[in-house]
Amino acid sequence: MMYTEKELANMASFRVRQRFVSSMFRVLCMGAMWCCLIILAFLLFSVLVRGLQHVDWSFLTGLISRDPEKAGIWVYLISSLWLILLTTLFSIPIGVGAALYLEEYAADTRWKRLVQLNIANLAGVPSIVYGLLGLGLFVWAAQLGRSILAGSLTLTLVILPIVILASQEALRAVPNSIRQASYALGATRWQTTWRQVLPAATPGIMTGVILSISRALGEAAPLVAMGAVQYMNYAPVSVNDSFTALPLAIFQWAGEAKREFHELSAAAIIVLLVVLISLNMIAAYVRHHFGKRVQW
Amino acid sequence: MDTLTPATSSTSGIDQESYERNRRRRMERIIRALLMGCAIISVVTTVGIVVLLLFESLKFFLYDGVSITEFLTGTVWAPQNDQFGILPLFCGTMLVTVGAAIVAMPLGLGTAIYLSEYASPIVRETVKPALEILAGIPSVVFGYLAIVVIAPYIHDLFPDADPANAAAAAIVVGFMILPTVISLSEDVLRAVPRSLREGAFALGATKYDVTVKVVVPAALSGIMASFLLAISRAIGETMAVTLAAGGTPRITLNPLRSIQTMTAYIVEKAQGENPYGTVEYRTIFAVGLTLFVSTMLLNLVAQWILGRMREKYE
Repeated sequence: MMYTEKELANMASFRVRQRFVSSMFRVLCMGAMWCCLIILAFLLFSVLVRGLQHVDWSFLTGLISRDPEKAGIWVYLISSLWLILLTTLFSIPIGVGAALYLEEYAADTRWKRLVQLNIANLAGVPSIVYGLLGLGLFVWAAQLGRSILAGSLTLTLVILPIVILASQEALRAVPNSIRQASYALGATRWQTTWRQVLPAATPGIMTGVILSISRALGEAAPLVAMGAVQYMNYAPVSVNDSFTALPLAIFQWAGEAKREFHELSAAAIIVLLVVLISLNMIAAYVRHHFGKRVQW
Repeated sequence: MDTLTPATSSTSGIDQESYERNRRRRMERIIRALLMGCAIISVVTTVGIVVLLLFESLKFFLYDGVSITEFLTGTVWAPQNDQFGILPLFCGTMLVTVGAAIVAMPLGLGTAIYLSEYASPIVRETVKPALEILAGIPSVVFGYLAIVVIAPYIHDLFPDADPANAAAAAIVVGFMILPTVISLSEDVLRAVPRSLREGAFALGATKYDVTVKVVVPAALSGIMASFLLAISRAIGETMAVTLAAGGTPRITLNPLRSIQTMTAYIVEKAQGENPYGTVEYRTIFAVGLTLFVSTMLLNLVAQWILGRMREKYE
C-alpha cells in the first residue's frame, strides 16, 4: 500500500500533535502535584512567619489573659496532656482487644462481617457527631459533667475505629506458621495469641496507636460540641476537673479580631505541630527500627 | 522440667491433669468473652449514636411541635424565633462542599495520576510522605489559615466580599480533603493491571492515550469512591468552616457571602449555654442526625464500590 505525499504529511503532523498532547498532559499532572506541595509549604511558612517570635518559655508557661503580651498556653497544654494520657489508657486495651477478637478468635461469619463493616463506617463518622454522643451519654446520662474523664472517653470513641483497624492490619501481617507451630506444641489459643502473635505484631500496633493519638491530640470539634471550657484559668489536677485543649486555644485566638491574638494562635499552632510531627517521627522510627528485626 | 514428666498412673495424677485442663478451658472462655466485649463496644457506639440522635430528635419533633416538613423545607433557620428550617444550613454545607470538591478533585486526581503513572520511585517515595503531612494537620489549623491567610487574598480580589465567606472555607476544606483523594485514587490507579497498559502501548497508543483512555476508565469506579469519601469528609468538617465561613445561616449560591454550615451551627450552640432539655439543646441533635445520615450514606456507597473494585482485580 502506498501513501500519497499529502497523507504522509498528515500522518506526521498527527504524530506531532499526539506527542504534544501527551507531553502537555504530563506537564499538567506534574503541575497539579507541585501546586499541592507549594501551597502546603506556603501555608506552613505563613504560620511560621507569624508565630515563631512568640514561642518562648513565658508563652509555654503563661496563663490565660486578655492581654496578648501575657497570655500563654500552660492550661491548654496540661489539659491536653491529661486528655491524651487517659485516652491512650482507654483506647489501647479496648482497641487491641477488639482487633484480637476479630483476627484471632471470631469465625468468618455474617456477624463478624457486620462488625467489620460497622467499624469501617465508624471511622468515617464526623468527629463532631462523637461530640454529641459524648454530650448526651457521658456529660448528661452518666452524670460525669464536662470533665476530663468525659472528654477522654469521647476522644477514645473517636479514635477507637482507627486503633482497631491498624491493629488488625498488624495482626494479619503475622504469618500463620507461627500460630501453627505454637499450637503444635500444645499451646492454647490465648497462649499462642499472648506469647507469639501479640509480640510479633507489637511494632505495627504501636505505629497505629501513636498515629491515632496524634489525631486525638489535634481534635477540637468533639470537645467543643461537648462544651469544653475556653477560658479556664487553672490547670486541671484531677479527672473530674473541667477541660480544655491546645486546639481550642488556636480556635479561640483565631476567632479574635485583634491581630496580636492571631499571632498567638500561630504560635500555639507551631507548638501543636511540633508535638504532632515528633509523634509521627516516633511512629516512623518504631515501624522502621522494630519492623527490621523481625523478618519472615 | 517436672511438668513434662509423664503422669503417674495413680488416680490423683489424672484428676490433677483434668482439673488443670478444665481450669485452662475456663480461662480461655473468659478471655474470649472479654475480647468479644471489646469488639462489641464498637457496635454499642454505633447503636448509642443512632439511639441518642433519634431520641433527642424525636423529642424535638414530638414535644416541641416542629413538623418534619417544616424542618426539611423551611427556608429560615432562627431557633431563637422558633423558625426551624434546615435548608439554609444545608445550603451552606453544600456550598462549601461543592467548592471544596472543585478545588480538590482536579488537583487530587492530577497528582494521583502523576504519582502512579509518571513519577519515578524516588519522587513517589518523597512526595507521598510530604502530602501525608497535609493529612495530619488538625482541622482547626486550617481554620486559622482560612481567616488569616486566605480571606485577605479573597478580599483583595473581590472588595465587596464578606470578611468571612464561603469561598475561604471551601478552599481550605478542599485542601483538607486532598490527601483522601490522592491516596485512594493513587491506590486504585496502581491496582489497574499492567497488562492493560502494555496492550494499549502495543497498539501504538501514546502515554496520554494509555492513561486517559485506558487506565483512568478502568479505575473510574474507585476514583468515584475516593471522591465520595472526600465529599463525606467535607460535609462533616467542622472547625475550619466554623472559623472561616462566618456564621450567618442563609440560602445563597454566592460563595463570597458569609454562610453557616450544619457543623458550624452545632459548634455555635454548644459554645453558649445550652441547658439540658431545652429546644435549642435538641436542635443540635436534630442537625447532628441530618449530618450523620448524609455522611453515613456516602460512606456506605463508597465502601460498596471499593469492595467491588477489589473483587474485580483479584
